[in-house]
Amino acid sequence: MVRQLGQRGKSSLQDVRPPKDWASKLLRDAGAEVLFLPTTGRTRELAAAVAVDLETGVVPDLVGFEVKDGKVVGTRPIYAGKVMEKVVVGAKPQIFLIRSRVFLKPEAQAGKTGTVKKVDAAVGEVKTEVLGYKAAEAGVSLTDAAVIVSGGRGVSNNPKLAPPADITDEHQKEIWKAQQGFALIRELATVLKAAVGASRAAVDAGYVPYANQVGQTGKVVSPDVYIACGVSGAIQHLAGMRTSKTIVAINKDPEAPIFKVSRFGVVGDLFEVVPALTKELKTKMGR
Amino acid sequence: MNIVVCVKQTPDTAATVTVEGGKVSWGDAPLVINPWDEFAAEQALRTKEAYGGKVIALSVGPDAAREAVKHALAMGCDEAVLVSDPGLLAADSLVVSKALAAAIEKIGGIDLAFFGRQAVDSDTGVTPVQVARRLGWPALTLVAAVTALDPAGKTISVDRALDEGRQQVKSPLPAVVSVTKEICEPRYPSFMGIRKASKATIPVWSAADIGMASIPPAALSWLEVFAPPKIETKVEMITGDSAEAVAAKLAARLLEEKVL
Repeated sequence: MVRQLGQRGKSSLQDVRPPKDWASKLLRDAGAEVLFLPTTGRTRELAAAVAVDLETGVVPDLVGFEVKDGKVVGTRPIYAGKVMEKVVVGAKPQIFLIRSRVFLKPEAQAGKTGTVKKVDAAVGEVKTEVLGYKAAEAGVSLTDAAVIVSGGRGVSNNPKLAPPADITDEHQKEIWKAQQGFALIRELATVLKAAVGASRAAVDAGYVPYANQVGQTGKVVSPDVYIACGVSGAIQHLAGMRTSKTIVAINKDPEAPIFKVSRFGVVGDLFEVVPALTKELKTKMGR
Repeated sequence: MNIVVCVKQTPDTAATVTVEGGKVSWGDAPLVINPWDEFAAEQALRTKEAYGGKVIALSVGPDAAREAVKHALAMGCDEAVLVSDPGLLAADSLVVSKALAAAIEKIGGIDLAFFGRQAVDSDTGVTPVQVARRLGWPALTLVAAVTALDPAGKTISVDRALDEGRQQVKSPLPAVVSVTKEICEPRYPSFMGIRKASKATIPVWSAADIGMASIPPAALSWLEVFAPPKIETKVEMITGDSAEAVAAKLAARLLEEKVL
C-alpha cells in the first residue's frame, strides 16, 4: 500500500496505525504542518484526539482547499450542505479530513516511489477491549458509490401485492410489501453495480437498516447518478444527495419535490417502471 | 449510575438555512435540541431507569441554549447545567471540549457521558472524542447498542456502527459514549415534564466557575460562509404509453448523455 501511495506522488510516507498517543508524537516530532486523512468514523476519532494532544483544529468533510499566506484554507459544507464555510486552522498541524469522491485520485506512476520511514510505535495503555467484529452486508458502500439507487416510503405501496395470509399484523404486511419493493431496487442496483440507499421515512418505517439511510441524519452522498424511486424529496433527504451529478426521479406524485432537483423524471408506478428499466439497461449495457 | 448527557441547541433540520449579510440565517425556524442529542438523552434516561442514579443535561452555549437543555429536562433529566460565557461564544470544538470536560469534572462522580454523534449545524462530530481525551476516559463513538452494563464491575459493552461493519467493544467506566439513531427511539416530553422543565431554574456556570479563568483561543477561524453553488437543473420528464416504453426512453437518454 505504501508503494502505491508513493506512485501516486506522496514523497514521504510513514506507516501510521491509529493508536492516538504515538500518532500525536509522530506528528509533533516530524513538525508536520498539514495532515490530510479521509473522512471516516475512525479518522474522525483519531483526528479529534490528536487535535486535543497538539491543541490544533480539525476540519472534516473537506470539499475544496486553497493555499493562502502559507496556510491551507479549507472549504466544507455545514448545515448538511445548505451552507458552505471557509475555515483556517491557526495551529500546527492543520488537520483536514477529505470527503470521499470529491478529489480525483492521481494516476499511479510506475517506478515513482517515496521514502518509507520506520518509526517505533510504542502503543500506550489501551483501556478498551475489542470483543468482536462483524463485517457489513456485502455490497457497494454508499459513500464510495458512483451510482446509487434509493427507495422511499413509496416502495411499500404496491397495491397489486397481497401479503401471505399468515401475516396478520398491519405493520408486518407493510414491511413485507416494502421488502418486495426493495428487491426491485436491489435488482436495478445490481445491474448498475450501484449501492442501495433509502430515505429516512423508509428507514423509520423499518423497511431497511439505518446503514442505508441517505440524508441529513444519515449518509451524505455525492454519486455520479442517483436514482430515487418512491422518494418524495424532503429537505433533509435532499441535503444528503443534492450534489449528485445526475438525479433521476421515479415517483407517482407529479408534485413531489424530488423532481425539482432532478435531471430526468418519470411520473409513474415504480413497481412497473423500475423492473422495466432494469431489464432495458441489462440488455443495453450487456450486463 | 451518575450520567451526563451533553446537548447542543441547533436550528431544526427542516429549516431553510441561507447566508444573509455574510452570516448564517435560519429565518424564524425554531431552535431545537440537536436531533442526535435526543437519542443520547433517551439512552441516558433508559440507563438511569434500569440502574438508578441521575441524569444531568449539560450544554455549552449562549443563554438561548437554555431551550435545548429544557427539552432534555422535559424528557426526564433530573438536573441541568448551562455553561455560558461571553468568552466562549467564538469557541470551536477544541475549546468547547475543554469547557465540557471541566464542567463534567466539576459535577464529579460521573460514570457515563452520552453525546449525539454530531451536531446538525457544524457537522464536525469530533467533540465527544475530544471531551474523552481531555478527561482521560475511553471514547466509544458511533454506538448503535449498549449490550451490557455492569455498574458494580464498572464496565460497559457496546456495538459500534463503523463504516465497514459493526464492532463489539468492552470498556471500563467512566467512559464517553456517542450514539447513532439506531440506539433507541427518543421519547416525547410529557406534559408534566414540560411543566417541570419550564419552572426549573437552570444554574449557569461561567468559564471562571469551571476553572477556565483564561479561555484558550480557538484553533479554527472561520473566514466566510457562503451559499453553495446553485445547481441549475431543468427536469426532462420522460413519458410514454407503457412502463416499458418509458423505461426504454429513459435508458436511452441516460446512455446518450453518458450518465451511465
